[in-house]
Amino acid sequence: MLTTPSLDYNLLAPILIVLGGALLGVFVEGFVGRAYRARIQIIIALVTTATAFCWVISIHNLVSQTAAVDSVSIDGGGLFMQGAILALAFVALLFFTQDDHFAPQASALPGSQEEAAAVLAGVQMTEIYPLVLFAISGMLLFPVAHDLITLFVALEVLSIPLYIITGLARRRRLLSQEAALKYFLLGAYSSAFFLFGGALLYGFSGSLSLAMIRNAAAVPGANHIFLLLGIVLMSVGLLFKVGAVPFHSWTPDVYQGAPTAVTGFMAACTKVAAFGAMFRIFIVGFAAVQNDWRPVFVAISIVTMAGGAIAAISQRDVKRTLAYSSITHAGFLMAGIIALSKAGLTSMMFYLVAYGFATIGAFGIVTLVRDSTGEVNDLNRWAGLAKKSPGVATAFALFLLSFGGIPLTAGFIAKFSIFTAAYASGNIAIVVVGVLSSAIALFFYLRVILIMFFKEPTDDTVTVAIPSFLVTTGITICFVITLVLGVYPNLLFNLANTMTTLVP
Amino acid sequence: MNLLTLTIVLPLLGVLGLVAAPKENTHLIKLIALGSSLVTLVSSLLMLTKYKFGVQGFQLVSSHSWFKVFNINYAVGIDGLALVLILLTTVLVPIVVVGGWNEAENGRWSVKTFYMLILVLETFMVGVFAATDVFLFYVIFEAMLVPVYFLIGGYGRGDRAAAALKFLLYSLFGGLLMLAAVIGLFVVSIHQGPGSFDVTALSHLKISHNTQDWLFLGFFIAFAIKAPLFPFHTWLPGAAKSATPGTSILVLGVLDKVGTYGMIRFCLTLFPEATKTFAPYIIALSLISIIYGAFLAIGQRDLNSLIAFTSISHFGFIVLGIFAMTSQGLTGATLYMVNHGFSTAALFLVGGWMIERRKSTQVEDFGGLQRITPVMAWSFFIAGMSALALPGLSSFVSEFLVLIGTFTRYPAAAIIGTLGIVLAALYILILVQRTLHGPLQPGNEDTPDLNWREKFALAPVIVALVLLGFYPKPAIHVIDPATSQIMAAAQVTDPTPLAGK
Repeated sequence: MLTTPSLDYNLLAPILIVLGGALLGVFVEGFVGRAYRARIQIIIALVTTATAFCWVISIHNLVSQTAAVDSVSIDGGGLFMQGAILALAFVALLFFTQDDHFAPQASALPGSQEEAAAVLAGVQMTEIYPLVLFAISGMLLFPVAHDLITLFVALEVLSIPLYIITGLARRRRLLSQEAALKYFLLGAYSSAFFLFGGALLYGFSGSLSLAMIRNAAAVPGANHIFLLLGIVLMSVGLLFKVGAVPFHSWTPDVYQGAPTAVTGFMAACTKVAAFGAMFRIFIVGFAAVQNDWRPVFVAISIVTMAGGAIAAISQRDVKRTLAYSSITHAGFLMAGIIALSKAGLTSMMFYLVAYGFATIGAFGIVTLVRDSTGEVNDLNRWAGLAKKSPGVATAFALFLLSFGGIPLTAGFIAKFSIFTAAYASGNIAIVVVGVLSSAIALFFYLRVILIMFFKEPTDDTVTVAIPSFLVTTGITICFVITLVLGVYPNLLFNLANTMTTLVP
Repeated sequence: MNLLTLTIVLPLLGVLGLVAAPKENTHLIKLIALGSSLVTLVSSLLMLTKYKFGVQGFQLVSSHSWFKVFNINYAVGIDGLALVLILLTTVLVPIVVVGGWNEAENGRWSVKTFYMLILVLETFMVGVFAATDVFLFYVIFEAMLVPVYFLIGGYGRGDRAAAALKFLLYSLFGGLLMLAAVIGLFVVSIHQGPGSFDVTALSHLKISHNTQDWLFLGFFIAFAIKAPLFPFHTWLPGAAKSATPGTSILVLGVLDKVGTYGMIRFCLTLFPEATKTFAPYIIALSLISIIYGAFLAIGQRDLNSLIAFTSISHFGFIVLGIFAMTSQGLTGATLYMVNHGFSTAALFLVGGWMIERRKSTQVEDFGGLQRITPVMAWSFFIAGMSALALPGLSSFVSEFLVLIGTFTRYPAAAIIGTLGIVLAALYILILVQRTLHGPLQPGNEDTPDLNWREKFALAPVIVALVLLGFYPKPAIHVIDPATSQIMAAAQVTDPTPLAGK
């Protein structure tokens, strides 16, 4: 007899809406004239993410284990991550609207006649938008997935579009394509690790469900060798996605090569999705054997914090600097998982939002700083930026101060709360290394501020493009959120605190 | 609104006024800045009418929930210790505005930005002394660095960007260590009931000896960098050399006091056991500061660095008084903070005017000023005498109290400390001789004397120096209850005098 599977469409709607928007975007690519495509695509993307966000809000206090035949669990923790991803993605999409980020024709060889023709025709790849929506749908599924297959599918759905759009930068195309290839190859390896880990976990527990794996792990005296191997391999896949040392080497190249607007989106949203999934997997599935994996995570967190901060010191490229800073932040965020407590989850949620908006804002500003050939990422040429456009320099300084965790910015509250959670769970070493890495990291944040504010502008100093209305809106949103959450954190923290339910 | 909160907020209202003011009208901008700092001064003086003298504990308290999950409050209140330092702040800011009337003109940014930064800084400075919530204190402690960074880097001289960066990195590093300790303290308080950041509640915690030691160090190093105590002082000379006189007055006169204030408020009261453990080492460091700072001051050729090094020596005295842990020592140290604020203000004001006129910071470029600019020379002389703690000027009282207080517990330390006084005479008298007396250096012939604005700015400082020198009783009367309360919290009593010895 065949029973139809029960799907709770109400709970899955945010994911489905985004998928629907992506499919609509594909149709638009096929049937709408070139002249209108970009405009229609951006409207579809923004409306889709906004609708999905509203839907998440409307279901924010529902809890279900059986939304999609036990493979998706809808709960406070998952919905918060979904809401965060959608809000961040919406703001990130605002920066996509400047019309010269993306390659005119991805299939044309860099420097070829076809490319020149495409440039002359004034076209731009608009497939970006459906691809981003596909990636978002994967990101939405990742933190709520409750079995190994769904996790893997979500991981791939979020990754593959990102590999493609990484290679679509309009300028420095070779660099961009190299980054895409690197990202794809390493990403494929890490996915394979993830999958292999999943297979071992299935072999250990006889089930794909995280709940069953937890039950099997909790049996005293069982042989845990496959469980532990599975955890290790799966962690490799996850740690790759968040860019933790020693799986971080793609981060600087990809952040540098990808179109800058995409980098902001990728840096903020992927982190939310991956850390959301990681928290669920480790707290729901592997909490019983925490004594086995926790020390390893502590070590990785420590080398990630310190490694990212130290490597960033010598960077001269603003995107690479931000990439290394994101590695450091991945280390800080791991402290939330290691705390393995409600406080850890709350502070991680807050951290992800605070970091996400500052990151999107910072990369958004990078898209504005240019010379005649395009974006200028060389920090030395940012000298005296504050004199030319004090507003942009001030906003960038605020985002950097937030990364550095200076009080009265959201980043400080985030850092404080996540360190408190780690300290309260007894991981004092993380707190000590964390503050020391913060001190090192501050050095390069402050150096950028110094270059912008205290260096005299030179002849080849760059100009700041007049931002469009949408871009200005995007930067303003990020600026206000970074400041307001720093001065009055209750707004988000109380919400995060009430949304820490995770179905077992 | 609570009068204390009003005093904290008033400078911010001035900032709003400045935002509205047109950028070109620098005169109006300066008047707004002066006006709001004067209103703040009046508001802080009004606190004296509400303050109950001779009573222990925090007064004019007010508390509002700020960050609920962690039970963090906007909690402010003052005791004698905080009161005198807040008054020092609110008195010095208008003096800085008047005294450095033209110092923002040659900055990297507009005059408007300069006074906005000054007023924001004033809010933070009053707030940091008023905070009774450790988290609030920490937030302000860190946030106040940002305006100073831009004040030094944007309006200073010479290698100002590097000096500003060095200052900021040093302070932030200390701040981060303190953050770890603040978190640790909070976690301890969670384990012993509802978590809290209230400084009074935290002082009742039972903290194990080992934990105390670590937390103490986290706080102490942050404060020692701020104070600055040897060997954490190396940022100061650069900052003082590069900053404008007004900024220097605020940094050395008020901001650095946050360090010594923090030692008293947090190190002593929250970690009494650890304080006893580390006191001998800290006293050794403070003695090194006294002597080392004095020797380096003798050798300086740059007027601003010289004043900075004298401050290192004086901060040594303050720390010595704090960690001697006697009531005279503590009262003396607190009084010293106020007196040092005024005497540094006088030195930097007059020194700044001399530099402004001569366009040089080198001591050897001056000379013979006594003859051409008698008022300026006498002012500088008085400021110098106060720095060497001449009896009759305020520093003498506090230095004397510190040394007596130290002698009852650590006689050897007091004797070594006394050497500092001798060296102080040396560096000040050499400075006075080189700048004011002797043959007139070429280039100084047409130096104008102090004008009315400058006299007006300096007069209150000189009055304070003389008044507190001859009649320190009211100040001591305010400080004493706070001192005895801190002594009780630190679980120490004065050593009994050894009769007949």
